[in-house]
Amino acid sequence: MTYGYALADLCICAAAEAWRHDGEVLATGITPIPRLAAGLAKLTFNDALLMTDSEAFFVSEPVPLGPRNGYQPKFEGWASYARTFDLLWGGKRHAFVLPTQIDRFGQANISVVGDHARPKTALLGSRGYPGNSVHHPNSYFLPTHNKRAFVAGEVDFVSAAGYNPARWPDGKKPPELDLRLIVSNLAVLDFEGPDHAIRVRSLHPGVSFEDVQDKTGFALEKAPGLAQTPAPTPAQLDLIRTRLDPLGLRLGVFKDDSDGAFVATKEPA
Amino acid sequence: MIDKQIGLSAFVASLRDGMTIGIGGWATRRKPMTLVRAIARSGLKDLTVVSYGGPDVGILAAEGKIRKLVFGFVSLDHIPLDPHFRAARQAGAFEILELDEGMVHWGLRAAAMHLPFLPSRSGLATDIANQPELKTIRSPYADGELLLAMPALRLDAALIHVHRADRHGNALILGPDPFFDELMARAAERTYISTERLVSTEDLAIAENARFNPFERSVVQGVILAPFGAHPTVATPDYGIDMAHLKEYAASAAPGAWQEYRARFIAVEPERYLASVGGAENLGALPAPIY
Repeated sequence: MTYGYALADLCICAAAEAWRHDGEVLATGITPIPRLAAGLAKLTFNDALLMTDSEAFFVSEPVPLGPRNGYQPKFEGWASYARTFDLLWGGKRHAFVLPTQIDRFGQANISVVGDHARPKTALLGSRGYPGNSVHHPNSYFLPTHNKRAFVAGEVDFVSAAGYNPARWPDGKKPPELDLRLIVSNLAVLDFEGPDHAIRVRSLHPGVSFEDVQDKTGFALEKAPGLAQTPAPTPAQLDLIRTRLDPLGLRLGVFKDDSDGAFVATKEPA
Repeated sequence: MIDKQIGLSAFVASLRDGMTIGIGGWATRRKPMTLVRAIARSGLKDLTVVSYGGPDVGILAAEGKIRKLVFGFVSLDHIPLDPHFRAARQAGAFEILELDEGMVHWGLRAAAMHLPFLPSRSGLATDIANQPELKTIRSPYADGELLLAMPALRLDAALIHVHRADRHGNALILGPDPFFDELMARAAERTYISTERLVSTEDLAIAENARFNPFERSVVQGVILAPFGAHPTVATPDYGIDMAHLKEYAASAAPGAWQEYRARFIAVEPERYLASVGGAENLGALPAPIY
């Protein structure tokens, strides 16, 4: 028996893996795919995760994305910004966020494209990236895998620290610097190559290692046993569709995405 | 006891060109917009602005009031990038000190404690630390760690929007998050609070509301009555966010559009403003935002 799923679903399931072994930490997923991934991780394999309503409260189950239509968040604690900083400086958080650029060191940028004093494109500003990157684990989602996002050399402005000893204080790795996963529209990557070099860990269906390398501005390592990114299971799809994103907002993340973008085969019971 | 209530014109008259002004709230949340609009239509100039930025920064940028911006981000939340901020940044219209959000917090805290700096790891190993204003310091203890010395962000004035206040500067912030308004107030030489409602001290019902009382009145120098004073940003529980107005504000960055927006919404006193944006009844019914 076969069933369909979207590229968004594939990325959500791949990104959820980031929190599998984290235990009781705050899972912060910014923008729809990472946020839905955090919710999926909590509902499936790590129910100890802390999450918030993206405003000021901890919630004991993930809040559906978008308009609530009567859904009442299940509050369990106060998550003011001041408390969030206290928490994150203590390291008990794993954030999955969306930078504009990333480089071979895992350094990430959401500040500017071009010159910092007079940028070609002004983005948000570095937000919490600098502090996050040296205080707790981080993973990154880049929806468009190309050489403008995965840049040659260094990112235009290093908002988030990476594995670049030349920038480390006294040349020593900041003790809590810990980059985990990158999920893109083409592949899942990690930092487990030599000296934390970025590796392709799995390829999305129909994508080759060479495709990913061609669209990346730096040389990639190939993980041993490089395989295809696992298809979402019917149970995962059910949670995504009915509980986490009932309005289907995830389908707007990638161009031309749909529930039937890919087809998987369900093994007979 | 001291009556600190003042009008908007006295508020503006107490500020000077070149001041460093901290603006409370966060992005589209409880920004002191009535005070910001009053500055925007005044003759004040060359301001250094410290903010968790939203349309406060965008409006002051569009009006050319900013000499220097100290910030971690500027965002309209649901509209990720404020187009006025973006245009000003891309034109190199003002100097910047770009910080991590937590460093803004830390700099305000240092100023509030009358310390020259507070040590931090945030910003290290990034381009934030390469800005010439920021220095490092070595831990004098056995660890010997090299840390960033986040300088105190001393403010000449802090602008904060609260839900209730009395004439003496006792205030309540009833929303779900007080943000870093307390630190802004303590970091400032003078703190001005705009309030949704001016009430008697007794009506603050402090016994029940103590945890909503952000700071003591001795840090407050001016109290300005400003109903819907955070509009179009959110001030729950009194009112929600005006997304339609924020979209209109964002659209005013189109070529030639700012002058019309300015004439309708900036160049007018609060009563006219309130009528222009739909009147008290409609604003009171604005929905809470969903993030």
